[in-house]
Amino acid sequence: MPQIELRSIERVFTLGDSEVHALRTLDLAVEAGEYIAIMGPSGSGKSTLLNLLGLLDRPNSGTYLLEGRDVTTLTAEEQARVRRERIGFVFQSFHLVPRLTAAENIALPMMLAGIPHGERSRRVAQALKDYGLASRADHRPDQLSGGQRQRVAIARATIMHPAMILADEPTGNLDRATGEDVMGLLEGLNASGVTLIVVTHDAVLGNRARRRVAMEDGRKVEDR
Amino acid sequence: MKAADVVRFATRSATGYPLRTALLILAMAIGVAAVVTLTALGDGARRYVINEFSALGSNLVIVLPGRSETRGFNPANAITGTPRDLTIDDAQSLARLPTVRRVAPLIIGTSEISAGGKLREVMIAGTTSQYAEVRHLAMAQGRFLPEEDWSRGSPYVVLGATVRNDLFGSEPAIGRLVRLGDRRFRVVGVLNPIGTGLGMNSDEIAIVPVSLAQAMFNSNTLFRVLIEARHREAIEPAKAQVLKQLTERHEGEEDVTVITQDAVLATFDRLLGALTFGVAGIAAISLAVAGILVMNVMLVAVTQRTSEIGLLKALGATGGAIRNAFLAEAAMLSLAGAIVGYGLGQLGSALIRHLYPTFPAYPPAWAVMAGLGTALVTGVLFGVMPARHAARMDPVQALAKR
Repeated sequence: MPQIELRSIERVFTLGDSEVHALRTLDLAVEAGEYIAIMGPSGSGKSTLLNLLGLLDRPNSGTYLLEGRDVTTLTAEEQARVRRERIGFVFQSFHLVPRLTAAENIALPMMLAGIPHGERSRRVAQALKDYGLASRADHRPDQLSGGQRQRVAIARATIMHPAMILADEPTGNLDRATGEDVMGLLEGLNASGVTLIVVTHDAVLGNRARRRVAMEDGRKVEDR
Repeated sequence: MKAADVVRFATRSATGYPLRTALLILAMAIGVAAVVTLTALGDGARRYVINEFSALGSNLVIVLPGRSETRGFNPANAITGTPRDLTIDDAQSLARLPTVRRVAPLIIGTSEISAGGKLREVMIAGTTSQYAEVRHLAMAQGRFLPEEDWSRGSPYVVLGATVRNDLFGSEPAIGRLVRLGDRRFRVVGVLNPIGTGLGMNSDEIAIVPVSLAQAMFNSNTLFRVLIEARHREAIEPAKAQVLKQLTERHEGEEDVTVITQDAVLATFDRLLGALTFGVAGIAAISLAVAGILVMNVMLVAVTQRTSEIGLLKALGATGGAIRNAFLAEAAMLSLAGAIVGYGLGQLGSALIRHLYPTFPAYPPAWAVMAGLGTALVTGVLFGVMPARHAARMDPVQALAKR
């Protein structure tokens, strides 16, 4: 049984009186522990696909089976729970809460999940150490470098031990060396068994993945 | 999300934007402070007047000569002319009524008082021995006027505290002779200092027997007759009996006005109570305005934090958790504003009391409760809309916002 199974997914946006088909009859199956790059020019539907995979968006038709369970019919509350426990997000612009410290940002998903305070601080301390941020725990995002910010974001994405990590242009705002560093971290996580799905229009970055899905005009044009 | 975390998260949001938070708390505080201070003023006025009236005595029925006409023009009055005098005999006849405990006639005038070469103007109250009980006057020294025939008083005088000090200073006053007009009176007592009561300062008067005062002022009519009913329930019957008795004695003409202290008190109580409610209402408007401000600020906060809301949703926050976080923030801001406002209001009331020590400007408990309650309710109520707005936000669009 694949970890992720998309069956003839359609996603249509209505802009004024014209309809935009962001995704057309898309089928995709992903096994646990895969490393996939979703590539394509902007407007090809790759971000829409990532949002659907992350349960931030619902398809107009088709089914999405996550670990064998149809998640498209779940209520908003249940979807929030799945996001919390199974999915980790990494964004191009980091999306850290500016008034919270690095440690507090990392702890956010655990706070939302209602994990007790002691357990939280223990796991945050471990994550800070793992990602080389121990001396930055009490710094706010504006006191951190781009690479450090993305490491905080990755620590936050993994703190709940999700089954998959969805990364949307994770190196888009970073210089080449720092981006390399961040990709190394993500690939290390993948090596430990976490499914890694990276959306990018950067061919070099995409070629690092073991499987590449190319999108064009809402369709999957290549999958190898 | 746990309640403690909701509160902590909301606190961090509030402290994350200090200027916005401070201004909002200030707006709410001004609203609550206005309610507290203004109701303190209103209720203080009510209490002040009630105290003044209560100082007059208890279960009082007061007779005034002349009819305060409330039934329109009566042609009979035009012919009969001036009302009859309210005489000492009239007053004395009232003492025999079954519902009446004590009667004190009263005539007021001014004269010069002198003793040992010192001279001053003084207000003279002509009355009888029961006046002290009716008005609850306490003696500092000596005794009050003796019980004797109302129409033949002995030349005794009871002095107010200030008058006594002005004339005798530190020397003893009891037994001394003073001159009032062209008569000589012996000082038999000195009143306890009381202060002003309804424009008549009891510290500045000299009390003499009513018959002597009438002779001094060459007048047959009384200024007032003060009657103490036997108990509270007897006030209304006493009023009716007094009116009937005096009408009979005045050959069937109702030419006196009888008022009860209770009625006057109740009227003032209602009047000033309404005033307090009125100012509370006006102050409540500022609270409503503060509530709308809370809504406005929270809406701005939601817009400002759109991408943060998107992030929280991506991290697995339910709509409910986001709504609670924003509601908690609105509630906390309102609560902080209410507490600060309460403090400011109490401070304002204390300042009024400090400036006008006789004015009991304490905010009534109901107003404080209502003020704090309204602040919280409006804050939360006006916080609901922005919070729901945040909870319903589409995460994809929210995340796209920078």
